[in-house]
Amino acid sequence: MTHAHTLKDNRTLFGFWLYLMSDCLIFASLFATYAVLRSATYGAPGARELFSLEFVFLETVILLSSSFTMGLTVYFAHKGKRALMFGLLALTFCLGTAFIALEVSEFSHLIQEGLSWERSAFLSAFFTLVGTHGLHVLCGLIWMIVLAIQLALPRYHEIVMRRLICLSLFWHFLDIIWIGIFTFVYLFSFIV
Amino acid sequence: MFGRLTLDALPHDPIVIAATVFMVCVGAATLCFVTYFRAWGYIWHEWLTSVDHKKIAIMYGITAFVMLVRGLVDASMVRAQQAIAVGNSAGYLPPDHFDQLFTAHGVIMIFFVAMPLMFAIINAMLPLQLGTRDVAFPVLNSISLWLFIAGAVLMNISLTIGEFAAAGWLAYPPLSGLAYSPGVGIDYYIWVIQISGVGSLLSAVNFVATIIKERAPGMTLMNMPIFVWTVFASMTLIIISFPVLTATLAMLSLDRFLGMHFFTSDFGGNPMMYINLIWTWGHPEVYILILPAFGIFSEVVSNFSQKRLFGYRSMVYATIAIMFLSFIVWAHHFFTMGAGANVNAFFGIMTMVIAIPAGVKIFNWLFTMYRGRIDFRTPMLWFMGFVFTFTLGGMSGILLSLPAVDFQINNSLFLVAHFHNTIIGGVVFGYFAGISYWFPKIFGFKLDERLGTYAFWCWITGFFTAFMPLYALGIMGATRRMSHYSDPSWQPFFIVAGIGLVIILVGVFIQFVQIAWSIYKRHELRTPTGDAWYGRSLEWMTASPPPVYNFAIIPHVHGHDPLWARKQYPHPSIPLYTNIELPRNSSVGIVLAACSLALGFTLVWHMWILAALSVMGIIGAVIARSFVTHTEYILSAHEVARIEARSNAL
Amino acid sequence: MLFDYAYPLKVGKNDIILTMMQSLRNAVTAPSLLSGFVLFNPQGPVAEAQMHIFFTALILMLVIAVPVFVIAAVFAYEYRKSNTRARYMPTWDHNTFGEFVWWTVPTVVIAILAVVSWHSTRDLDPYKPIHAEAAPVRIQVVALDWKWLFIYPDEGIATVNYLRVPTKTPLAFEITADAPMNSFWIPQLGGQIYAMAGMMTKLHLLAETVGKYQGLSGNFSGAGFSEMKFVADAVPPESYRSWTAEVKNASSTLDMSTYARLRVPTIAHASTTYSAVDPDLFTTIMHSFMTARQKPEYHQNHAGTH
Repeated sequence: MTHAHTLKDNRTLFGFWLYLMSDCLIFASLFATYAVLRSATYGAPGARELFSLEFVFLETVILLSSSFTMGLTVYFAHKGKRALMFGLLALTFCLGTAFIALEVSEFSHLIQEGLSWERSAFLSAFFTLVGTHGLHVLCGLIWMIVLAIQLALPRYHEIVMRRLICLSLFWHFLDIIWIGIFTFVYLFSFIV
Repeated sequence: MFGRLTLDALPHDPIVIAATVFMVCVGAATLCFVTYFRAWGYIWHEWLTSVDHKKIAIMYGITAFVMLVRGLVDASMVRAQQAIAVGNSAGYLPPDHFDQLFTAHGVIMIFFVAMPLMFAIINAMLPLQLGTRDVAFPVLNSISLWLFIAGAVLMNISLTIGEFAAAGWLAYPPLSGLAYSPGVGIDYYIWVIQISGVGSLLSAVNFVATIIKERAPGMTLMNMPIFVWTVFASMTLIIISFPVLTATLAMLSLDRFLGMHFFTSDFGGNPMMYINLIWTWGHPEVYILILPAFGIFSEVVSNFSQKRLFGYRSMVYATIAIMFLSFIVWAHHFFTMGAGANVNAFFGIMTMVIAIPAGVKIFNWLFTMYRGRIDFRTPMLWFMGFVFTFTLGGMSGILLSLPAVDFQINNSLFLVAHFHNTIIGGVVFGYFAGISYWFPKIFGFKLDERLGTYAFWCWITGFFTAFMPLYALGIMGATRRMSHYSDPSWQPFFIVAGIGLVIILVGVFIQFVQIAWSIYKRHELRTPTGDAWYGRSLEWMTASPPPVYNFAIIPHVHGHDPLWARKQYPHPSIPLYTNIELPRNSSVGIVLAACSLALGFTLVWHMWILAALSVMGIIGAVIARSFVTHTEYILSAHEVARIEARSNAL
Repeated sequence: MLFDYAYPLKVGKNDIILTMMQSLRNAVTAPSLLSGFVLFNPQGPVAEAQMHIFFTALILMLVIAVPVFVIAAVFAYEYRKSNTRARYMPTWDHNTFGEFVWWTVPTVVIAILAVVSWHSTRDLDPYKPIHAEAAPVRIQVVALDWKWLFIYPDEGIATVNYLRVPTKTPLAFEITADAPMNSFWIPQLGGQIYAMAGMMTKLHLLAETVGKYQGLSGNFSGAGFSEMKFVADAVPPESYRSWTAEVKNASSTLDMSTYARLRVPTIAHASTTYSAVDPDLFTTIMHSFMTARQKPEYHQNHAGTH
């Protein structure tokens, strides 16, 4: 790789870090809001009554393993093992999709029980925090499709590594946010 | 398909109809003008799709001045109403229209005048002061500009189609909630700010990356010009605080669109949380605006005193201190919410502490003048005006920071006078100083000095005439945002304030004349060497206006004031040009902005299908852009040599 | 003295600020010119203490501001370009002693102000009851669109846009809203506090002298905000008692159905008195926002009335 490209990678990654930090603050605002509104259930069921720890544990395992496969994707991309790279990226994509599917089923289950975001401030905060994370995951999935195409086309080979690293940063970032959600939204509802 | 948009949304009020007709005429005239001169190709290729930071700066500046006119019209209408609406007279505006006016005035002046003027100056000067060829991400820069313009356009659409928010510039719920504001006004407010806010956030990311990664070789952090330091602090504040604004307004829009209950009075919602969140952004926001102004003053004082800036390190530490402190003072905006004495005392004292670094800065500037050779050109006049005005604003700020006093003057016209005192005296004077100082850098000719002096004197007398009465009215118990009052003894003060505004308007008019006159006289006002003011920092090293690549040869820096040092110890050398890689133009910014504008408008009017299409447009444009590979072009060394030879010949 | 910490500039019996204000009043020939500045014309201990802190801080700040103005003017004149006799030192950019001085002096001034702030904030906490010989009068305040409802729970009467209070008696206000956020404020008696739906805030004031004082909303609350005014009529305790008795004999009462009509948005509502009031009205209004059970229908319909 040329000197100019290293400089550019460097710059892009730094910029992407800055973006992640600002996104992190959006989540921080939503976490703070959730903390304030956690007990504002307005007569509707609260966190303890609603969540099933087994279900959330499954979601967590799926997302964490997708982070692992994403890490491996970058590793094999560096090694130049393209078949493994594509395979693992596809696996990451499947795990991400499974996560989204589980989340959608959780949401629709709640809504069917009449516990939508309109029911109480607590539910508004819950749907918004978890839903914003879900939307990010969805964006990550779209990004994966686009990047897979670009990985396959030779004329992008100078820039795709940089983009793959950004995507993996993004994906790990979503994992960290999820750990926050898992802890503060789900685990805490059983402890506190 | 059209949601709640019907023909009823078109204006009925004669004032609004006149404004609409005026806007349409100006727009149509511009289009005809461009078409007549067959300038569409030129405008598209040289401006709309340009990623050159200097051109982006000019486009920010033009938009800011256009919006300044609108903000001033709003201010004039507010002043006129308050000058006559006493006792039995209801004035000429119904309360609802009046409420939209002061809301729009605040939103426009902060988001569409102060912010773009700041971005104009930063865009123009940051890369030049750093000795680099462009910002870190030139295309992103163009996207930021166009998102900002999309916000400005949506703001002006709200004047004609529907209504604007009538709940104050921060739109406190529950008043801004669906229960009390069911119309489209608040929705316009939300999307106007969201769209331009994303633009601001992207700009901040861009500038921080530029400062960290793109400095000229040898320029350590402690060698950067103070303006760069203040930009760094200000942009860091944006990266930290704008996400909070985005999240807060997103929650308000969820309350309004999906029936959520973040900020409603019932269903467990908490309006006080909105007030806390919005000020977690809102207080840093005023430092976002003022810090670059402080940076400009540092450059101006040093340059026009022909002397090194006094206490560079102190200035850096004071800037950083202000940056941190600005995050732990937000609750001083609502001592009257009943948070309890200890909380109030803490936030009050933290607020006062900010006065220390601010005071240090003032003394450092004054001692930069000490034993200098002060040349009172317009930028320096703005600085002197700033010292007197801003110190006064700081004093009223300290008064407001004492909770016990704040209980009596919060929400009063005393408060209104205070923040205009700091924002006009600090931010506006600072940016005007920057514009008159750096104008010759970007355009190659100076602004007319005589007209600039007149404009300054109009502004400063106008400011004191307009806002001293408001301090007095605050003491008399007059609150802000009144469309009518009953005490006739207040009226003379409001009339004097109105006269003050007229003087300011004369000042603004002179500024427009100054620009036009200077363009007309540009050959006499030309600065052939590029170094208009016997400058000290890197921006004056290259030609004015700078070539597209800024520096033919990237300068090496040792210490402060590198150009000054070179002038003291000149060592001529024969330039050795190399090929320069430059970013290609891109239309992605304007496409994204068009889609965002469509998204904002369709969401305001609940046109869900069209909104979904707009979202797909945004995603599609981003994906399409990611497939573009040849994003750069090479300017050959030969071509560079030719351009340099031509600019040296001038 | 009720609020000791508000008077740091008092030496023995000589209060600098009081003397200053007195001489200012004597200097101005037409006293009506000054009386309009209601914040400098306090009629109760809270407002008076708040005014004192205002001037204390102002005087302390002059320690910094006056040197700034003088230095700015002197340097600008002395070191102007045309004055070639003045020394020119283009590389002089640092002086440790100087910088020490202007980091320290503002710090000291701010430290003093911080002490004043800390004590006065706690001393003048609006939630802190005022002690006086007379027993306090309790008044419940409800901000409505766009009028003020005052309930006297101990007397069982209520008024709209009119507040009558006894002098030299502590006034304990309990404040809520059935409207967007407003701010309850009687400038000559003392500072404001927000009125918020579903919540109660408190304010303690005392009127020292007989008089009619302007009362208003400080925080913008919509189209009728400008007319959200009331008269705070401070009368001697005896005439306050006879007034309450008089009101009790009137005919109109404020029950839930009257309230439902009252809360419909109106602009510049006439001042009204009610001889009897539902004792639970204040809590009912507050709770209507807080619990699902008591949610009255009219909340949904409210939007339509705008």
